[in-house]
Amino acid sequence: MEELSFTLKTPRPAAGARRQAIVGVVASGNLEVLVERTADTDICAIDIATAAHGFRAVWEAVIGDFVARGAGGLRISINDGGARPDMVALRLAQGLRMIEEPEA
Amino acid sequence: MTLDDILAGLFPAGHSVQRQGSMLFGEGAIGGMEVVDVVGIADGAMLGVEDALTLAGRVLGLLGQASPRPILVLVDSASQRMSRHDELMGLSEYLAHLAKSLLLAQQQGHRTVGLLYGGSAAGAFIATALACDTLLALPGAHPAVMDLPSMARVTKLPIAQLQDMAKATPVFAPGLENLAQTGAIHQTLDPTANLADQLLAVLRKAAGQDERGGLGADRGGRPKAASIAARIDALASA
Amino acid sequence: MSNLAVSWFEATARQRLAALVDDGSFEEFLGPEAREASPHLGLFDLPRQFDDGIIVGRAKLSGKSVLVAAQEGRFMGGAFGEVHGAKLTGLLRAARKLGQDVVILFDTGGVRLQEANAGELAISEIIRAIVEARTAGCSVIGLIGGRAGCYGGGGIIAGCCSHLIVSEQGRISVSGPEVIETNRGIEEFDSRDRAFVWRTMGGKHRYLIGGADDFVDDDATGFRAATVAALAAGKPLTRTVLEAEQHRLTTRLARFGKAQDGYDVWKALGMAQPEALPGLAVEAFLDIARDRRETSDDAR
Repeated sequence: MEELSFTLKTPRPAAGARRQAIVGVVASGNLEVLVERTADTDICAIDIATAAHGFRAVWEAVIGDFVARGAGGLRISINDGGARPDMVALRLAQGLRMIEEPEA
Repeated sequence: MTLDDILAGLFPAGHSVQRQGSMLFGEGAIGGMEVVDVVGIADGAMLGVEDALTLAGRVLGLLGQASPRPILVLVDSASQRMSRHDELMGLSEYLAHLAKSLLLAQQQGHRTVGLLYGGSAAGAFIATALACDTLLALPGAHPAVMDLPSMARVTKLPIAQLQDMAKATPVFAPGLENLAQTGAIHQTLDPTANLADQLLAVLRKAAGQDERGGLGADRGGRPKAASIAARIDALASA
Repeated sequence: MSNLAVSWFEATARQRLAALVDDGSFEEFLGPEAREASPHLGLFDLPRQFDDGIIVGRAKLSGKSVLVAAQEGRFMGGAFGEVHGAKLTGLLRAARKLGQDVVILFDTGGVRLQEANAGELAISEIIRAIVEARTAGCSVIGLIGGRAGCYGGGGIIAGCCSHLIVSEQGRISVSGPEVIETNRGIEEFDSRDRAFVWRTMGGKHRYLIGGADDFVDDDATGFRAATVAALAAGKPLTRTVLEAEQHRLTTRLARFGKAQDGYDVWKALGMAQPEALPGLAVEAFLDIARDRRETSDDAR
């Protein structure tokens, strides 16, 4: 397993008040994304454990795009089963959307 | 030790254990007072639907006594029988039925003590030895959830590497010592000492809650099972 | 119960749970934020999942409070590892103390080989906890229709439940098709013959021989309705129940023990066209099967 950590500035905080969200499952070509709130509303912290070694630059690119749209006050934890970048981007977007949903 | 040696050692006052195919039935007298009922599977046999049903029927027939007697379950089996016939008939129900029968016996006041004196594996292990309140073993017993060659096929790791990894953890590799460390086996008997005395000592200790998680934690083979189960239990009960 | 029409087979464990229980009623115990993942998979350089492939908690079903567990068949084949199994064990122990019913959404290949000893023992602990909960009067209801089926020790756990609900896709078996083929040869079991696999261990066959109690559509509507009905009908596990099961399983072997194929069993049940059964939709199948199948009433 390779572990990567990023702490990135982001233009605005995530909306909504849900405490956490979880999307995806850990399987070949898939990943799980756990989204939790933090007090740092201009920061998005991301921790990744991935089965695919040597893709730091790809992760940086995908995550850079994601935080540029505004994901402040979030801690994102990822367990990755070797997903492609488009799947990673999809799961990140789903996780953000879920935590921003109005509470039931 | 052969089965005859084991039976002679356990029951110095005599026994009536008979074979029916590879199944064992009868009773044995440990001392003056203590008589136990015996069921079992011998010869490293595979456990299929017919034998599982026969064993369960025998266990159920022992229930309802005014003073419930201990049930000794002798086990030297292979895995469950792997066949079209067994699965077509619903082997899962037959093995579950046997496990339930042993566990209900325990609920109704019978001590259920397993003695693993040979092999056992996978579903047969779950339905027999592991369904007893206490599981004993004799040195040389060789339980396995799955053999290393099959495990190598599934995990796609070479056997040599698996053998190497097994030195670091008891959590996956076959064998008596590994299973004992995870808490599956309460006690390994000393074959050079009096077997009847050792069985009597076990029968005199009360069997209460399922303590195998705690044994696994104490012995280092299952670091988390006991605490996770207790935390879930507490959260659900809060 | 949002999204009732979602395919049970295709859905994730979290989607199934959300669709099954009353809206907003689910409360998870040791959820992913607790990060109680497997302590063993790292040794094999395998990725972990924060919930170790099982979700446990409390929810309401038609207003009734129940304990629930759902396995994720996509993660490690839904297999039982140390943490995964212990979560279900703890839930069942609580059920007994609380006198609450339990609903288990199975989706499992059996024991997780990378932690085989811990998984095998977990299955044994779960079985013991189920029997103790059931003798205390709790119902334990199993739902089977996931991708991984209900195999190995998972099948034996299912056999200890008080009530089983299956869909067409649900498979219940101890030895998997590939395992039988590897051990006994392709003449004994051709694991690539999917139709044959389904006739031997699939939901329709299990329903027909009394191995399952309800046969439902591959969606949450069917599973939910059958679960609610089963919760209302629970009875404790007693010696009488197991004696009835002994009789039921003896009768099954006497009646069908010579069968070589699911078709032979269905023919013996009096089905005029056994070959047509696999192709039938749920309602059409139930119309034919309901009165001719072996039932398992009060004998499980």
